[in-house]
Amino acid sequence: MKTTKYLFSGFGGQGILFSGKFLAYKGLTDEKNVSWLPSYGPEMRGGTASCSVIVSDESIGSPIVDAPDVLIAMNLPSLDKFENTVRAGGTIILDSTLIDRKVNRTDVEVIYLPATRLASENNCPTLANMIIVGKLLKVTGEYDENSIEATLKKVISAKRADMLEVNKKAMEIGANYGD
Amino acid sequence: MANKVLMKGNEAIAEAAIKAGCMHYFGYPITPQTEIAAYMAKKMPKIGGTFLQAESEIAAINMVYGVSAAGYRVMTSSSSPGISLKSEGLSYLAGADLPAVVINVQRGGPGLGGIQPSQSDYFQATRGGGHGDFHMIVLAPGSVQEMASLTVKGFELADKYRMTSMILADGTMGQMMEPVELDFEVAPAPNKPWATNGTKMQRKHNIVNSLSLIPEELEKFNFARYERYKQIEETEAMWEEYKVDDAEIIVTAYGIASRVTKNAVDEARKKGIKVGLIRPITVWPFPKKAYEKIVGKAKHIVCVELSMGQMIEDVKLSVECKVPVTLCNRAGGMIPSTEQVLAEIEKYAKGE
Repeated sequence: MKTTKYLFSGFGGQGILFSGKFLAYKGLTDEKNVSWLPSYGPEMRGGTASCSVIVSDESIGSPIVDAPDVLIAMNLPSLDKFENTVRAGGTIILDSTLIDRKVNRTDVEVIYLPATRLASENNCPTLANMIIVGKLLKVTGEYDENSIEATLKKVISAKRADMLEVNKKAMEIGANYGD
Repeated sequence: MANKVLMKGNEAIAEAAIKAGCMHYFGYPITPQTEIAAYMAKKMPKIGGTFLQAESEIAAINMVYGVSAAGYRVMTSSSSPGISLKSEGLSYLAGADLPAVVINVQRGGPGLGGIQPSQSDYFQATRGGGHGDFHMIVLAPGSVQEMASLTVKGFELADKYRMTSMILADGTMGQMMEPVELDFEVAPAPNKPWATNGTKMQRKHNIVNSLSLIPEELEKFNFARYERYKQIEETEAMWEEYKVDDAEIIVTAYGIASRVTKNAVDEARKKGIKVGLIRPITVWPFPKKAYEKIVGKAKHIVCVELSMGQMIEDVKLSVECKVPVTLCNRAGGMIPSTEQVLAEIEKYAKGE
């Protein structure tokens, strides 16, 4: 029985809500229980946007993630705000292109991923979020191409079907980075 | 799981309403329920239904009155301050015995308040929601699935008893996504011989009205309505019990508060505390039986709310104050944490 609580955070426009939605849909594809809860309100205009995602073998109580197992931080205000909430032994994945400080915590695993740089170098400048998701799935041992493809088909509308391959590519870049 | 899709609670309400045969929606935007209106705006024109953004909440509820009088399933939605604006219309619907479904995705108050989740409209919802003697059936979903299924149920009950069903949700339930299954059975709307849909020169005029100037008659209407309410109280109360059988401490909560509470109950059970959850699914009629059953068994009840303590009054009335009931709450858009509820459970388990 396993429950993983994720907190995705960054600023509006980075695809924070979408990457959370992808992970939730992947959980659904893998026949897990899932919940997705966005922050909503004035804080979305400018500061940090975030969403809580829970993927579990059990039925999910509260959808609110106060102490994430995994924190994804895509800008400095997000890291500042949420660094101390991560469960001891948890994981922080951050976009090191946009965050130029190190994580202060010593009781968590930290992955520094220059996602924004990798995205622009690989001609997919809007997909830094999915590069991070690729790495996330790799480190949690859930990088499974079939499941990823099935999930992308659910979250990308038929009209944008051309985005499927490039999303897959972005996730692959993230998964392979640093290997 | 094949038929499950991820949906926001607000979207699930909108889709379920359409599945329930609601082809007419009137609303006015307000956070945190605007996705309902947005979904209806997108979907209704495609299926030949009505989406109308009214000039105000008051206009929207009166459009609901008109469509309901014509015999159709109809819905409006809003959030706390907007529901206050609708309260005159809710009273008129009750006075005219018209079925309708009204959604309240609650936010912090009073006044314009904030936009974060709250449960502080409980009194307003369960005590009628407007002037005069009346009730609404009030359904309180605890998951996105229930946002959908209780909306369908709301339409069925509204038609069955010719009254308003309110879905009393909150910002979190509206905004969160969970897997939801939308293939449910919907009872078709019953015949409505009272509807003002044209006599075709074959029957007497139907009149839908809430004005009644002869007190003897108005009293009769009120007594008749309360006979119906009595029947509803006896037959329609719904609740969920979670680990209640051997529980010495009962925690009770609805909606988002019940989700947090469920986590706290699981944590407390791991520590060997005999605790269970009673989750009202209807808050009017209030599920009194669930609480009557625990009198003499439970030594304490904790009521968890996102308000300054409103449902707690119904809990106390249900146990006739034979079991002590205390409040564990946050307000103004804040949500109690699992730790806060757990600490409260532990406090009473130790007998403090």
